[in-house]
Amino acid sequence: MSLDKMAALGQTALELGLINGLTVLALFLSYSMLNVCDLSTDGCFTFGAVVGTLTALAGYPWLSIPAAMLAGMVSGFVTATLQMRMGVQSLLAGIVVNTALYSVNMAMSGNKATMNMNKTTTVFSMAKDLLRGTPLAGQSTLMVALAAVILVVVFLCFFLRTRLGLAIRATGSNADMVRSSSINPAFTTTVGLCVSNAMTALSGCLMAQQQKNYDVNMGSGMVTVALASLLIGGVFFGKHRSIPLRAFGAVLGAFLFRLIYALALRMNMPAFMLKAVSSVIVVIAISGPYLKKQAPLMLRRWKTGREGGLR
Amino acid sequence: MLRMENISKTFNPGTPDAKVALDGLSVHIRKGDFVSIIGANGAGKSTLFNAICGSFFVDQGSIFLDGENITMKPEHKRARQIGRLFQDPMRGSAPDMSIEENLALAAGRGGWLSRVNAADRKAFRDRLALLGLGLEDRMRHPVGLLSGGQRQALTLLMATYSRPKLLLLDEHTAALDPGTAEKVIDLTCRMISEDGLTCLMVTHNMQSALDLGNRTLMMHQGRIILDVSGEERKGLTVEDLTERFRQLSGAKLNNDRMLLR
Repeated sequence: MSLDKMAALGQTALELGLINGLTVLALFLSYSMLNVCDLSTDGCFTFGAVVGTLTALAGYPWLSIPAAMLAGMVSGFVTATLQMRMGVQSLLAGIVVNTALYSVNMAMSGNKATMNMNKTTTVFSMAKDLLRGTPLAGQSTLMVALAAVILVVVFLCFFLRTRLGLAIRATGSNADMVRSSSINPAFTTTVGLCVSNAMTALSGCLMAQQQKNYDVNMGSGMVTVALASLLIGGVFFGKHRSIPLRAFGAVLGAFLFRLIYALALRMNMPAFMLKAVSSVIVVIAISGPYLKKQAPLMLRRWKTGREGGLR
Repeated sequence: MLRMENISKTFNPGTPDAKVALDGLSVHIRKGDFVSIIGANGAGKSTLFNAICGSFFVDQGSIFLDGENITMKPEHKRARQIGRLFQDPMRGSAPDMSIEENLALAAGRGGWLSRVNAADRKAFRDRLALLGLGLEDRMRHPVGLLSGGQRQALTLLMATYSRPKLLLLDEHTAALDPGTAEKVIDLTCRMISEDGLTCLMVTHNMQSALDLGNRTLMMHQGRIILDVSGEERKGLTVEDLTERFRQLSGAKLNNDRMLLR
């Protein structure tokens, strides 16, 4: 591989990694902080994409960002209400919303599975025009993605230190204690999921505009991909690091995931393997520490059995 | 202060597992009372605390706290006025968060978007120093790294931080080693007397039930069968208590844990 090609590959991985990183940051909030595995992530990503695409197609590219985030909040609110106030189990609430969002997305796009934005003004094309003639002209995509990620990370770092943010973190750590601090865990979960889903939807919105294409299936498997990225990031900046470092780790994980994926594609791995790879990464990251703890026990059990030491 | 009128609670009603946990219990706790509660396992002591806190709603009867009817008030809204410690030191604080952050939540001051500022930090330091455990120099450490005794002491501080009207201690030293337990008991007594708190304490240690506080309740089968205070309580010994239990309940005290001295 030539140096040029490697640089180009790294550049694409960085751009896509940053945009995906927003979804990873969303899971950082819902999965790592709130301890909720939000399975509506796939649908919400696409929901943000369809809302953003329609807004951009209607001629309001900047508006697409708040519109998509608002849509994500609504989706998060529904998921949270189902699980906190209507007795639906947490995982099931996510799955139910995810399923319903497919219909919602199709309905919004007018029963079209794809939408093309080749000639549409997007936030990326606007940034390109804006940066024309400056030294950053070639980096407009990167700049938009970077700006979005920096804004979200700064927001998260601020938010998680406020009283509300502390309450959200405590909800994932010890809900009893939240209740005894006179705070309703249903409330903190709802706020947390609204914020995280807004971030997921923003991620989808930017992804569609960057690809200049919306596809109703673009979010499928996103929760696993994002979780894999989050867990990769956790290897570098684990549980005992500060919030800013962990947030940075989440974005780093998204970039590394994209880089590994791009390299694998270069080595002729078929593109459809992406999801299997992300699943395997998630399994290794989660069950690895568990198996490591179990291994000595299993070894002892096996030895005991072999020596006939059972009776 | 705290008045409970004829409260009842049955778990699994209408099934073979039905269990009457509180059976028409009435009691009035006066302001400033420090009440120790004893009784065999299953007597309804923890259920009584759960009813007061609102972990469930009672089937019948009313609960008044400081004149307000709180019978149907949700748990998190009662928590403003009621501090509670459990036997398990892990239950009262969030392990992944620092001491400072835990205290900030317990203090509960400011709006949702307010952050811990220098004045808060100073106040936390001063309160932590009262524990005499050196925690004031470890404010940024995650609570998960503390020992059981340290965590229970921190929980005590958190539960009393906003001067609750009522403090409930549910065998809060039972999971600690004797030395640490004694320390936590000392701290508890100090905080109660300094803040003039009204307190209910469940204990299996009959000696400390008599030594601590100004009033002792004995529970059996969801009812209060003995309520002693003042002069009558002063002369009581553990032997007297076990004898009274036999007379009042018509049962033998065959529960080892209750006989702990």
